[in-house]
Amino acid sequence: MIWLTWRQFRWQAVTAAAVLAVLAIALGATGFGLSTRFDQAGLSTCHSVCSSAASNFISELRGTPYAALFFGCVILMYLAPVLMGIFWGAPLIAREFEAGTHRLAWNQSITRVRWSAVKLGLIGLAAVATAGLLSLMITWWAGPIDHALSLVGGSPSFGGTRISPVVFAARGVAPLGYAAFAFALGVTAGVLIRRTLPAMAVTLVIFAAVQFLVPNFVRPHLIPPVQTTAAMNAFDNNEIMISSPGNKMTLVGNFSRPGAWTWPTGPSRHQASSSPARPARHARGTPPLTLAATGSTPCICASR
Amino acid sequence: MTAAIEASGLGKRYGRRWALSDCTLSIPTGRVTGLVGPNGAGKTTLINLATGMLAPTTGTIEVLGSKPASGPEQLAKVGYVAQDTPTYAGLSVEDHLRFGAHMNPGWDAVLARKRMSQLGIDPKQKAGKLSGGQRAQLALTLAIAKRPELLILDEPIASLDPLARREFLQVLMETTAEHEISVVMSSHLVADLERVTDYLIVLLSSRVRIAGDIDEMLATHYLLSGARRDPATLPASQQVISASHTDRQSTILVRSAEPLLDPSWSVSQLDLEDLVLAYMGNTTTTASAETGHKIMEEQR
Repeated sequence: MIWLTWRQFRWQAVTAAAVLAVLAIALGATGFGLSTRFDQAGLSTCHSVCSSAASNFISELRGTPYAALFFGCVILMYLAPVLMGIFWGAPLIAREFEAGTHRLAWNQSITRVRWSAVKLGLIGLAAVATAGLLSLMITWWAGPIDHALSLVGGSPSFGGTRISPVVFAARGVAPLGYAAFAFALGVTAGVLIRRTLPAMAVTLVIFAAVQFLVPNFVRPHLIPPVQTTAAMNAFDNNEIMISSPGNKMTLVGNFSRPGAWTWPTGPSRHQASSSPARPARHARGTPPLTLAATGSTPCICASR
Repeated sequence: MTAAIEASGLGKRYGRRWALSDCTLSIPTGRVTGLVGPNGAGKTTLINLATGMLAPTTGTIEVLGSKPASGPEQLAKVGYVAQDTPTYAGLSVEDHLRFGAHMNPGWDAVLARKRMSQLGIDPKQKAGKLSGGQRAQLALTLAIAKRPELLILDEPIASLDPLARREFLQVLMETTAEHEISVVMSSHLVADLERVTDYLIVLLSSRVRIAGDIDEMLATHYLLSGARRDPATLPASQQVISASHTDRQSTILVRSAEPLLDPSWSVSQLDLEDLVLAYMGNTTTTASAETGHKIMEEQR
């Protein structure tokens, strides 16, 4: 059964291995150059006020191959799970139904349960492992950029920090989950629709919908945030800006909580919507926390 | 001896439509059994139930004494050549034999390779590039080389040209006789079945119309023609299968264990195809033209 699975899957496996190899070469060749730049920017030795070094590091990367590779990796990390769902998951059983070969395979001296278990197990594992290796390489390579971004709370040219919706799904263990989901989705669509091409299309549509809906509507509500209230000292790395025409006051506070995934909530977020000075929605590490208040009562709140 | 296939009250429903209902039959082992019936009689459904490709809605079915596809041992005992003889188009003939070897502990590699070389099929050839006849042969080889006790074939020759049909049936006969495999084969081509089967089951709307040894079946059926007469006046030992009447003449098919001695009838015997068609209530003119009798109408 393992032989059959391999025999039917070998070209997909070779393709995945080739993509991984090309990426490993590209990232390996540039990864050390990137960390040299990171060191030269003084970021590896910086411990307290690093945001200017970080923003220098990031602005110097603009227009370099590093930036192209950074975005290429984000796109790849988004495409990989859905491609595996479409090309590995959806045809896995649908193609057998379509060609009628399930009637051949299911009447050998191997139970259908075992046939399904080996096929789903091995290829599902291959999908998760592929996503895992991709994510491992990309997370390692993009580490310096991600770290710098977390110090400046995201940049307009490079996108958000680790917890921002776009980057979150392209780092760490999240791609493994997406790959497992895409594969299971593809197989399910294939089994229910029993035709390869429609199953592929349905997989693409549902996966794209999930990838849009979950970060925007589900993830913010997954875990209730821990809230904290801190006193603000205007002279300790904080800024207060008051603009009289719009009766707006903006407070920028350095809220430090190592390892915290910060997310402005409560009144600050609520009032931010009526203010042009929108607070950073997601920040990690020690981001500048922007709070905005309208009217005469300033609100000072923070969360992590 | 356990039956090859034993069904009791077997039914399969798709939504509101019954593809097979209340089917009770017993197919003996050690025979080459032909399963015939018009399209929609439930042949393929019955075979799918026998191979465990479908689960019955009602009733039970046992193959060689066990539930179909209930485990590896049961699967190993039954060889199956599905309709349109599916094979993996992208895999070579050699890969198919390797597939068989990996999937079946009882695989007879020598037999499989010998069969392919006898048929002149290039092992390097992709299955998708084989002719229909060669592909059917490959599917048959896969089913036989796993050394089953029972071989089930679902309309294996329906899509083949006459020459490939003949070749396929010849191979089927040779190998099944050599390895003492029981065979159950469905077809709507009675003429082809006649050459290879020795036991016949006629299935009509899920019901077994007649089941039995073919020679015996042919020997006990008589076609009577003579002056018009009510079939009810025939002796009780003669079971009326079908009767047709013109203004003056009656043509009656009867089943009788005893020879027919009534001199008022001109008695003739039928070939298998006409017999089967009579049981299926077939009213096509080609069938009646061949045997000289007019349209048969079924009598209850």
